[in-house]
Amino acid sequence: MTDLTRLTIAEARTKLAAKEITAVELTEAYLGAIEAANEAINAYVVVTPEKAREMAKASDARIAAGKAGALEGIPLGIKDLFATEGVHTQACSHILDGFKPRYESTVTQNLWNDGAVMLGKLNMDEFAMGSSNETSYYGVVKNPWRANGSNLDLVPGGSSGGSAAAVAAFLCAGATATDTGGSIRQPAAFTGTVGIKPTYGRCSRWGTVAFASSLDQAGPIARDVRDAAILLKSMASVDAKDTTSVDLPVPDYEASLGQSLKGMRIGIPKEYRVDGMPEEIETLWQQGIAWLRDAGAEIVDISLPHTKYALPAYYIVAPAEASSNLARYDGVRYGLRVDGKDIADMYEKTRAAGFGTEVKRRIMIGTYVLSAGYYDAYYLQAQKVRTLIKRDFELAFHAGVDAILTPATPSSAFGIADEDLASDPVKMYLNDIFTVTVNMAGLPGIAVPAGLDHKGLPLGLQLIGKPFEEETLFKTAHVIEQAAGRFTPAKWW
Amino acid sequence: MSVDLATVKRVARLARIAVSEEEAQRMMGELNGILGFVEQLSEVDVAGVEPMTSVTPMAMKKREDVVSDGNKAEDIVANAPVTDRNFFLVPKVVE
Repeated sequence: MTDLTRLTIAEARTKLAAKEITAVELTEAYLGAIEAANEAINAYVVVTPEKAREMAKASDARIAAGKAGALEGIPLGIKDLFATEGVHTQACSHILDGFKPRYESTVTQNLWNDGAVMLGKLNMDEFAMGSSNETSYYGVVKNPWRANGSNLDLVPGGSSGGSAAAVAAFLCAGATATDTGGSIRQPAAFTGTVGIKPTYGRCSRWGTVAFASSLDQAGPIARDVRDAAILLKSMASVDAKDTTSVDLPVPDYEASLGQSLKGMRIGIPKEYRVDGMPEEIETLWQQGIAWLRDAGAEIVDISLPHTKYALPAYYIVAPAEASSNLARYDGVRYGLRVDGKDIADMYEKTRAAGFGTEVKRRIMIGTYVLSAGYYDAYYLQAQKVRTLIKRDFELAFHAGVDAILTPATPSSAFGIADEDLASDPVKMYLNDIFTVTVNMAGLPGIAVPAGLDHKGLPLGLQLIGKPFEEETLFKTAHVIEQAAGRFTPAKWW
Repeated sequence: MSVDLATVKRVARLARIAVSEEEAQRMMGELNGILGFVEQLSEVDVAGVEPMTSVTPMAMKKREDVVSDGNKAEDIVANAPVTDRNFFLVPKVVE
């Protein structure tokens, strides 16, 4: 029998509908793959085999009854940031030890309503703060990709490192992820997978552990563009429980695949050429431009002059929001408590023991920039710069640009415990230089694999769209995917 | 702007995170590195620019002012480290 874990969601959907395979068989194939691989990859922090089997059995019953949902019987991995009722939900932090929510996040509930099967919870950077999955309390995730002829372990990117690694290593058919500054797109680029951060307000944030509320958005990581379109259709919704959820119907994203790019204008922003960027990323970008031109799109040079300020503005806005959001972890209502001599001492000891280094660093920055006397100089200034960053995009779109093509990351995956990056937090932050602008402006962005570098590691291109025009991104990314092909790591685990 | 050790300790206190002398020293260097990086924002001309408060131009949704949820005391305290008869327990705060 062929390996069922190799099927895309679209392929599995066809085989399930035709009753060539059962949901139980498909789920068992994934549970077996996880059992064999997770010790090496560490993508899952919790596997839920009983729940998965039960859900798969129910899927088979619905298929037999002719009542199959859009994701009926499809086994998915869920980032540990999403609240899953009765199941480990800790944002991969020590401070949420033992937390099992009594409710389900809207995004995951939407998936279960469409018949999807939960395999378990996926590793991530603690509270989604990181670009390498090295800040997780549950240890690093290993990238299924290794450089040619090397047995050195690489990071899968972050913060959705477990999601990206699980999808790339065939340990789930697709995964949920979240993106605050690049946490879907950067790991997707590092693992040869497709990741889309939809427009802010497209997926409900209800039941998703908050990092920076004005930037956080959920989205899928998938094996190909079609699977990403299928998953986003189910994840997205209009939700009364999230006041920033937008009242727009969710389109059939899959229907946009295969549509012509004729007459489309693709903007190429000159500010996305940065010092020290490898030549092969520039080459890949030029290749992407050529593919889109060949497909009938018109290529135009554009300028987004405030691009270089997006990352510094992000490192004020995101920590400020995080310091406020993470104030709730006080040792009283959930998770870890370390006793102290009085209540303040208990708070301080609990938070000192429960938060990791990167989380503490960001809470400290956020507390500082919001503190009396510094608010105007830092936070207010950053929010004004954010207006200018958004305006740059608006002017480009107003001038007739339909989508913007950029590299997804300034490099391919780097090594675990890279000394250069560990010694300087700002260097690690630079990983998000091409992705963070999109969050600051609330726009949709997709990362699609476009080639391999000289070491044989995947590189991605990013497409940025107008608000709520995810369909444009899917059809354009699909053209890149058709031209570039798909990339699969050689199995070493 | 840069922070000194006393400021680091004051911010840690505000953030309710206990820090050792050694950690405060390390944090001082890291925070100054990050603050140095974000310093470049001051060169942007923001005259007449409104600060962003929402990425999507929409009015905040409001729900009807009615009770729509509740009677879940057990669910609410279920994950608390220390409780007693559906109350959260904390160290004594009044003498």
